[in-house]
Amino acid sequence: MDVQLLTFLIVGLTFALYIGIAIWARAGSTKEFYIAGGGIHPIANGMATAADWMSAASFISMAGLISFMGYDGSVFLMGWTGGYVLLALLLAPYLRKFGKFTVPDFIGDRYYSNVARTVAVACALIVSFTYVAGQMRGVGVVFSRFLEVDINIGVLIGMAIVFFYAVLGGMKGITYTQVAQYCVLIFAFMVPAIFISLNMTGNIIPQIGFGGTTADGTFLLDKLDQLHTDLGFAEYTSGTKSKVDVFAITLALMVGTAGLPHVIVRFFTVPKVRDARKSAGWALIFIAILYTTAPAIAVFARTNMINTVSDKPYAEMPAWVGNWEKTGLLTWEDKNEDGRVQYYNDQNDTFVTSIANPKGWNGNELVVDRDIMVLANPEIANLPAWVIALVAAGGLAAALSTAAGLLLVISTAISRDLIKKQIKPDISEKGELMWARVGAFFAVLVAGYFGVNPPGFVAATVALAFGLAAASFFPAIILGVFDKRMNREGAIAGMVVGILLMLFYMMKYKLQMFGGGASEDWWFGISPEGFGTIAMVVNLIVSLVVSRMTPEPPQSVQDIVENIRVPRGAGNAHQH
Amino acid sequence: MSKKDLKQYWKTNLRYLAILLSIWFLVSYCFGILFVDQLNQFRIGGFKLGFWFAQQGSIYVFVILIFIYVRLMNKLDKDYDVDEK
Repeated sequence: MDVQLLTFLIVGLTFALYIGIAIWARAGSTKEFYIAGGGIHPIANGMATAADWMSAASFISMAGLISFMGYDGSVFLMGWTGGYVLLALLLAPYLRKFGKFTVPDFIGDRYYSNVARTVAVACALIVSFTYVAGQMRGVGVVFSRFLEVDINIGVLIGMAIVFFYAVLGGMKGITYTQVAQYCVLIFAFMVPAIFISLNMTGNIIPQIGFGGTTADGTFLLDKLDQLHTDLGFAEYTSGTKSKVDVFAITLALMVGTAGLPHVIVRFFTVPKVRDARKSAGWALIFIAILYTTAPAIAVFARTNMINTVSDKPYAEMPAWVGNWEKTGLLTWEDKNEDGRVQYYNDQNDTFVTSIANPKGWNGNELVVDRDIMVLANPEIANLPAWVIALVAAGGLAAALSTAAGLLLVISTAISRDLIKKQIKPDISEKGELMWARVGAFFAVLVAGYFGVNPPGFVAATVALAFGLAAASFFPAIILGVFDKRMNREGAIAGMVVGILLMLFYMMKYKLQMFGGGASEDWWFGISPEGFGTIAMVVNLIVSLVVSRMTPEPPQSVQDIVENIRVPRGAGNAHQH
Repeated sequence: MSKKDLKQYWKTNLRYLAILLSIWFLVSYCFGILFVDQLNQFRIGGFKLGFWFAQQGSIYVFVILIFIYVRLMNKLDKDYDVDEK
């Protein structure tokens, strides 16, 4: 069977599975729609959280990014896992004890203010929409490369699937499909990694394999460092970013992770407070399986790629080079017209004058999009066709599961935090459920629109969604639990100042508004990706100062804080 | 639960948090970022040590930290009789 047919078959089977689960797990009440009835086993919730969390970016892009960034790629590895420690220790158990349905619910009640609630809704919508557009785009890319359908049709198919199980099943449907999607995506990620690790290092465990030796007895990483220096790049195992920037980006990603509404809300679905703690641990285990494998894949793919292309005749290139050239994600231009592929760092002046020019090289000729490393990896390593088909299904599982989680946050923000809590408090259970479905429907449409017409800023801002979450939610939630004296005025001022500062910095240095600026002008040498750290600290300081200058919160609220600090009496998440 | 007990319970919780988050900071920010060059002089197998902490070790420690916290808190909840039945 050829690759194309196999891919259709495997992707079709997984889609049928998701739809089957969606029909089986329909939501009958708002409680089922918002938090899956609150009875999800902590291990199942851990798996669902992992799938919810690991997006198209984790599955498709991350290993490729690391592959090109080397040590600097560590910011993603530590940043996107370390946040779970914060979640498990500082947030999840208390929010579970609080027992509400959404993050704006917590903010609104803890800070006894509908203004705070509305600010939180706005933050949740900004964060979720920037994030979901990227997912839909990921679906389109996978469809166009593996099934050779138009990107837009790919987006439409993805929309239809997500629409079906998010609108029908709500959180309940999403949870069980996410469990299935986790299994698909992790299997699809690990199989090629294990194959390649065996091929290159003889070790079946990729995590150990990439620290092992190759056939000629040298350590793989030493060999890659050597390849890098030979081509004018910085050593793979040492980075080029400044320490302060690496520090800031890592912290922004960690804190942002802990502040993302679609992740937090998953911990409302477990039965007990202690389950919330345990569930975060399981989620991190499931995530760590992928996250410790990704750097290994990055090293294998990088080494393979350089060995395959560097200074080799174009005519002898393997088939995958041509396949990816068709998509425009890989380009080759024979600048010195010698018919060979020269791939090197032409920004490194000493290397260019002392080595490249004497060899008659006339600039780097090969441009490889980072996103194709994981998708092309099975082809690069000559793996069987079914592995390639599996990777396509895995990429789709990763993108769809995250998109569904985000859509749910958007729909609950509309039906519960706006309509039920503010506009029409006497709405019936049925009416609220109807609004939740209408909200999900519109969210799917908007996400699909951005998937088909990706505005330039979306790609630039997906990574910044973390900065926004770090700058807005994280301090408000932490202070709400750990600082009894924190009041309405402090929290609102902090969130508003934090998110505006982050938006300003992002627009100035990413989109070149407000006069723009280059990397030399960054404040404290921190990039927009890492600026969430600064904005978060500013939020904390503003909150603390303002709260001490304004009246303390009412006794009833202080009692709530005392109450959420102990697990007993959590009961079910309820809706009062 | 009396006010005094609650205070004591909360203080113990905060102490656990301080210790575990210090380790969290140490393995990622100290070993993986601030002192990565110094640690890179040492090796385990083919890995430079600092590089290993940044791309592997810190993640393993994160997982362990959460499960230690789960155990500590389950015990603490029982000791102060605030666990869920």
